[in-house]
Amino acid sequence: MVYDASTRMTVTVLLFASYAEALGAASLDVELDDDSTVEDVLAQIRARPGADRLPPAPLVAVNQRYAGAGSAVREGDEVALIPPVAGG
Amino acid sequence: MTPLATLVRAPIDVLALVEAVSSAANGAVLLFLGAVRQVNDGRDVTGIDYAAYEGMALRELQAIAEEAAVRFDSADVRIVHRLGELGVEEVSVAIAVAHAHRDAAYAASRWVIEELKRRVPIWKREHYVDGTREWVDPAGRVNAEPVR
Repeated sequence: MVYDASTRMTVTVLLFASYAEALGAASLDVELDDDSTVEDVLAQIRARPGADRLPPAPLVAVNQRYAGAGSAVREGDEVALIPPVAGG
Repeated sequence: MTPLATLVRAPIDVLALVEAVSSAANGAVLLFLGAVRQVNDGRDVTGIDYAAYEGMALRELQAIAEEAAVRFDSADVRIVHRLGELGVEEVSVAIAVAHAHRDAAYAASRWVIEELKRRVPIWKREHYVDGTREWVDPAGRVNAEPVR
């Protein structure tokens, strides 16, 4: 049996505050290979209209924890782009 | 027991927060309140919208309260952050800290608010008297131009 070892997955990326306004959405679905990283997610986001208003390396959270560019992203993960925080 | 951290959309009950950390063992009880300021960076502010990545914000606030207990000799910490639309003078964040002695209580209170500002995914959009509104980037003024 022949099959493509590199299957694809869809990951929903949550957007907030100024980033949601820049991209015109509170979340975006991105399609990725199933062995992708945070950097792969960012590459997909950068191709979207309005992404020129985002910094080159926005903070990212995976499953509600801050995650580096090399962190793995898996099917079903909750991925979010985190604008500069301003609580308090 | 009162949860270590909560997000609310109504005025914060600050006395309840003080009561939550008060105990026979705690000789020092501190309450820090952050409130909406009328002038920010030279611009007249009429109000602020607070928004959050609520699940992660709550997780980070709880982690900060737990970490404060480890760092500051079992200091008892409760944090409440308000979300939604707030007017000038309204309280956006309340941090109650109690400890047997004041040194640890003061140190913990200061550490908690700085950690909150550094890492909790909460954002604010200021409303100005001229009717405009902008998301605040504490590192680079409002609506900072992205580096390209």
